Amino acid sequence: MSTHLPVLQVVVPLLAAPVCALIRNARAAAVIAVLASWATLAIALSLLGDVMSAGVISYALGDWVPPIGIEYRVDIVNAWVLVIVSTIASAVAPYMITSVEDEVERRRIPLFYAAYLLCLCGLLGITVTGDVFNVFVFLEISSLSAYALIAMGTRRRALTAAFRYLVMGSVGATFIVIGIGLLYVMTGSLNMADLAVLLPEVWDSRTVKVAYGFLGVGFCLKLALFPLHLWLPNAYAFAPSAVTAFMASTATKVAVYMLLRFFLTIFGAPFSFGVMALDRVLLPLALVAIVSMSLVAIFQVDVKRLLAYSSVAQIGYMVLGLSFASVTGLTATLLHLFNHALMKGALFMAMGCVVYRIGSVHIDAMAGLGKRMPWTMAAFVLGGLSLVGVPLTVGFVSKWFLILGALERGWWPVAVIVLLASVLALVYVWRVVEAAYFRPYEGDEGVGVEAPWRLLVPTWALVGANLYFGINAVRTAQVAERAAEVLMTGVGP
Amino acid sequence: MRLDLFVSHYNYWVVIFLMMVGFYILISRGNLIKKVVGLNVFQTAVFMLYISMGKITGGTPPILVDPKGGGEAAAEVMYSNPLPHVLILTAIVVGIATTSVGLALAVRIKEAYGTLEEDEISRIEAEREAAE
Amino acid sequence: MREEIIIRVGAKFLAPFIIMFALYVHFHGDYSPGGGFQAGVILAAAFALLALVYGLEAVQKVLPLWFTRMCAALGVLIFAGVGVVTMLLGHNYLGYNALAPDPTHPEHGQHYGILLVELGVLVTVFGVMVTVFYHFAGRGRSDS
Repeated sequence: MSTHLPVLQVVVPLLAAPVCALIRNARAAAVIAVLASWATLAIALSLLGDVMSAGVISYALGDWVPPIGIEYRVDIVNAWVLVIVSTIASAVAPYMITSVEDEVERRRIPLFYAAYLLCLCGLLGITVTGDVFNVFVFLEISSLSAYALIAMGTRRRALTAAFRYLVMGSVGATFIVIGIGLLYVMTGSLNMADLAVLLPEVWDSRTVKVAYGFLGVGFCLKLALFPLHLWLPNAYAFAPSAVTAFMASTATKVAVYMLLRFFLTIFGAPFSFGVMALDRVLLPLALVAIVSMSLVAIFQVDVKRLLAYSSVAQIGYMVLGLSFASVTGLTATLLHLFNHALMKGALFMAMGCVVYRIGSVHIDAMAGLGKRMPWTMAAFVLGGLSLVGVPLTVGFVSKWFLILGALERGWWPVAVIVLLASVLALVYVWRVVEAAYFRPYEGDEGVGVEAPWRLLVPTWALVGANLYFGINAVRTAQVAERAAEVLMTGVGP
Repeated sequence: MRLDLFVSHYNYWVVIFLMMVGFYILISRGNLIKKVVGLNVFQTAVFMLYISMGKITGGTPPILVDPKGGGEAAAEVMYSNPLPHVLILTAIVVGIATTSVGLALAVRIKEAYGTLEEDEISRIEAEREAAE
Repeated sequence: MREEIIIRVGAKFLAPFIIMFALYVHFHGDYSPGGGFQAGVILAAAFALLALVYGLEAVQKVLPLWFTRMCAALGVLIFAGVGVVTMLLGHNYLGYNALAPDPTHPEHGQHYGILLVELGVLVTVFGVMVTVFYHFAGRGRSDS
C-alpha cells in the first residue's frame, strides 16, 4: 500500500467528503473529518520520511506513463508543504467539532465538514501533483469550497466577504489558466518535470514571458501579496473561527508553494532571477507589505481582522525570503511557511475560544479576559510572542534566517526593516494584551469563564509546537534547507 | 506584413477583446449579478483561447479514422489536438461551479441586505458600524 | 404556463426522449463526442423542463430534493471508488486495465473503467444541477 501514498494523500479526504454529505449527522460527520485529517497527517509524515531517505517519488495516475499521463510527484519541497497543511488540519479538525456547533446552523454542519474536506483535498492536491493543469483543478476545488466555508460565518458581512473573495480568487485562477495555456502552446507539455526540460529552449519567446507575467499575477492574488490582498482581511474576519484558523495557516501557504514550484522548478531559478528579475519585483512589494500592513494592523479594533492584516504582513516575510534569491533566503521562506502556520493557527484558535465564550472579538470585549480565560489568553500571548519573533519561539527562527539572508546579500537596510516590523508586531499584539490583562472586566459575572478543554487542547497543541520547534529548530531547519537547495538547483527528473 | 500578422492571429484578437469586455464589466459595475456575468465573459475568453489553440487547419475531429474505410489512408489523416478541448471542458465545469456559487451568494446577499448594489451595501455597513 | 395545453403535452412528450438522449450521450461517450458531464446536464434539463411546465412541487414528488443531494455525493463516491477498486486489484489509482474481465486483453478494462467513472460524473452532475435548480427556483417562496 505504501507505493500508493501520493494518491492516497488526496483520495482519503476526497472519499470522506461525500460520506460526510451523505450521512447528514453532525457528530458522525465530525468524527469522519477528524479521522480523515489525521490520516492525511500520517500519510504526509511517512511521505516526508520516504523522500528524505529515498529521494523523489513519482506516481503515474491510471498507469499512464508521464509525461503523457498525470503524474503525482513528491520531492522534499512538497512533502514539507504536505506536512504543514496536514498538521494544521489535524489540529483544527478536532477544534472544529465544538467551535462549529456553536457558530454554524445545525442542519448545515455535515455539509460544512464536506466542504472542509474538499478544501483540504484541494490544498493537498495542489501540493502533491506534478501536472500543471491538475494544479488549476485542485486550486478551484479548494477555492470553491473555501468560498462556501467563509459564507457560513454568522454575520451577514461573511457573505459580501465571500463574494469579494470569489471574484478576486476566480480572476486569479483564470490568470493562472491563461499562463498554463500559453506554456502548453510553447512546449506541448503539461508535466512539470517535462516543462522544466523543455522551457529553456524557448526562454527568448515573448509568449513564455507573458505566461510568466500572468502566472505571477495569478499567484500573487491567491497568496494575497500586498496590493492584491484586498480579499483577505474581511474573508478572515467574518469566516467561522475554525475556518479562519484553517485557511490562514494553509491556503496562502499553498499559494506560496505554487509560486515557488512554478517559478523555481518549472521556469528555473536562472530564468526567474536572471531574465525576469523576479527578485527586484518582489523585494519592494514585500517590504511595503511588511511595513504598511503591520501599521494598518495596529489600528484595527476587530482582533480577527487585526490578525488578518498581520497575515498579509507575514506573507511579505515569505516573499522577502524568495526575493533574496539565495538558499538562505529560501530556507527562511520555507521555514516561515511552517512557523507562520503554527503561530497564526494558535492565535486564531485562541480567538475562536473567545468567540465561543464572549461572542465577540472586538478589542473592548477582551477587557479583563486575562483573569477570566487564563489559558486562552496565555495561548494568545505565547502565539503573539512568536509573531513578534521572541527567542525560544518559532517566530525567532524564521526572522533569524531572514536576517541572515539579508546580511548575506549585504542588504543591511532590509534587515533593519525586518527588525523594525517586529516592533510594530509587538505594538499590535500588546494592544490585545493590554486590554486582556490591564483593563477590568466589564461584562456580566456569569459569562466569560474559561473555554472548554475541547477547544483548549488543540489550541495548546499548536502553542506547544510553537515552543518546541522554536527551541529545537534543527530538524525543521534541516528539511527547509534541503528543500531550498532542491528549489534553487532545480533538479530535473 | 503587419496587417497579415493581425489577420492571421484573429482568434487572439477575439480572445483579447472578450477578455477586456469581461474584465471591464467586472471592475466598473457595482451590481453583483453583473459582476458574475463579467466574470463569466472573462472566463469564456480563456475557453476560446484554449479551444482555438487545439484547432489545426484541415484537421479532422480526433476520432480514429478506420483504415479500411477507403478514401485517404489512415496514416495521412491529420487530427485536431483534443487535449486543450478536454482541459477546457474541465475549466468550463469549474466556470459553471463558480457562477453557481457566485449567484447563490448574490441571492443570500440580496436577502440579507435587500439590495445587490455594491455601494449601497457598503453604505449600510458604514451606517451600522457608525451606530455601534 | 400551466394552462397551455400544447406546452404541457409537448413537455410530457419530449421528456422521455431527452432522458434517452442523455443515456445515449453517456454510453457513446467513449467513441464519439459525449460523456458523463454532458449526459448529466441533459438529464437534469429534462427535469428542469418538467418543473418549468408542471411546477416545482409536481417534479419534486417524482424526484425529491434529498434524492438529488444524495446523487451529488454518490457520484463522487463512484468516481473515487473505481480508483480504489483498481488500487485493490494491484494497479495504480484509476488504472482501468485492472477492470478487464479477460486478463489476456487488459485494454478492454479501459472501456469499462471510463464508463464507470463517467457514470459517477453523470450522477454527480445530474444531482448537482437539479439541486441547484431546485434551490434557485424555490427561493423566495413561503417555505424557503
